Amino acid sequence: MITAVGAGVLRIAEQVGGIVVLAGHVLRALVSLRAPRLDGRELVKNLYKMGNRSVPIVMLTAFFAGGLMMLQSGPFVKQFQADALAGWGAGYAVLREIGPILIALMFSGRVGANNTAELATMTVTEQLDGLRALAIDPVRFLIVPRVLAMVVTLVALTVIGDAIALAGASVVGHFLLGIEWSTLYYSFVDNLEPYDFLHGVQKAVAFGAAIAVTSCFFGVSVRGGAVGVGRAVNAAVVAAAVSIMLLDFFLTFLLA
Amino acid sequence: MSVALRLTGVHKSFGGHAVLRGIELALAPGKRLGLIGPAAAGKSVICKLACGLDTADQGEIEVLGEALAHRSESSLGGLRRRIGMLFQSYALFDFLTVAQNVAFPLEQRGGLSADAMATKVADRVRAVGLHGSEQKLTSELSGGMKKRVGIARATVADPELVIYDEPTAGLDPVTTQKIYDLLAADQARTGASVLAVSSDVVALARFVDEIAFLHAGVIRYRGPAATIADAPDPLVRQFVRGELTGPLDEAPT
Repeated sequence: MITAVGAGVLRIAEQVGGIVVLAGHVLRALVSLRAPRLDGRELVKNLYKMGNRSVPIVMLTAFFAGGLMMLQSGPFVKQFQADALAGWGAGYAVLREIGPILIALMFSGRVGANNTAELATMTVTEQLDGLRALAIDPVRFLIVPRVLAMVVTLVALTVIGDAIALAGASVVGHFLLGIEWSTLYYSFVDNLEPYDFLHGVQKAVAFGAAIAVTSCFFGVSVRGGAVGVGRAVNAAVVAAAVSIMLLDFFLTFLLA
Repeated sequence: MSVALRLTGVHKSFGGHAVLRGIELALAPGKRLGLIGPAAAGKSVICKLACGLDTADQGEIEVLGEALAHRSESSLGGLRRRIGMLFQSYALFDFLTVAQNVAFPLEQRGGLSADAMATKVADRVRAVGLHGSEQKLTSELSGGMKKRVGIARATVADPELVIYDEPTAGLDPVTTQKIYDLLAADQARTGASVLAVSSDVVALARFVDEIAFLHAGVIRYRGPAATIADAPDPLVRQFVRGELTGPLDEAPT
């Protein structure tokens, strides 16, 4: 029992250490003034693959998430005849919490898992060693463009998702709860602050970096063949979800 | 530069299992050395150590006049550009086409115009018999075709030291001979030093000058390729001749 717990703790410590070391390599590559050699083609390719193709699913999720927030808060708003606060309730929750966190979890499942599978396959087929043999640093060539693309993409998706979620909240508020469009509009404009939006964007940056680094770490540290790739994807999704929740707690505490 | 490659007292273990137990091996500039040995003897490990892709637990490795000990990953870049390596598993980039794979080392090195690069890539692809497959993704190729793309990529930049890990595995005898003819012509043209690992001893012996036999973590024998089948060591003779019974069965691995 004690041995198993100890082994588990050691494994987690090893993985956290590996993620921190990889994050350090990425940061060093990003700030290095000595021939950064960031591959532009890789960056553009990843921006398209990770961002463009994620928009439909994010829009769908965000619309219903916004509507859900309105459905949850609507009855209390109606009970206290405080229609003017309906938009604030849904908007505050969407911009600060639900938008960033839900989109990050979607992003982790779709893009992060895919990224881990790709890198893990490249690792087990020795493509990373192939790059190193050609004097190309895999961190600069493969990891850095992916990390940048994932952070930029998640922020963009969060901004789009926020807008769609507010639209979803408005549609539900108007058609299901009978709140006037103008009341909803002024409820958003009068009660929500630009910082509520920025608060979510800051979280999106942190979540994007966490998903990117964890998914890349489990991809490049894979052991074994196809079974190892499956295990790596699983571990990456779990680690990203845990990272998102922990970061959300601490960022909410620090940025509130 | 007195040697292209020298391994002195090299040890390497994986998970407590000692694979290399004091390797002594040297390759003179411009020479071709074959490395043979039973499966899992550590031949590919030697290839990776020679390219700086892995580090020895003990011992010294000198490649093209440079010692590899205590070198950081970034400091190995210049040396690796002077080495060409064919991986046993091909290690082709599956996100690139055949032509892009072959062009990759040239693009990363720079210094060639787009036209010169395209000409060089086309020549190399034609030389390995893949003309017409330039725009295919590597996932669309057979194992033999992938091997040939790997050879083209390893040699396109005319490296000073070329390491071939199983260059003809999975190829038919005719293609095998064509590939070895191509490698020999390349080596004669560039004067590169060659380390070739292969299980096809007969074909390998026609390509290299000398053959070293790796067994139980040490270089057990080294001698002229032409007479390897008649080596004085009975263990080597049994391995080369493919005899089912003999001292190899009793020898420690």
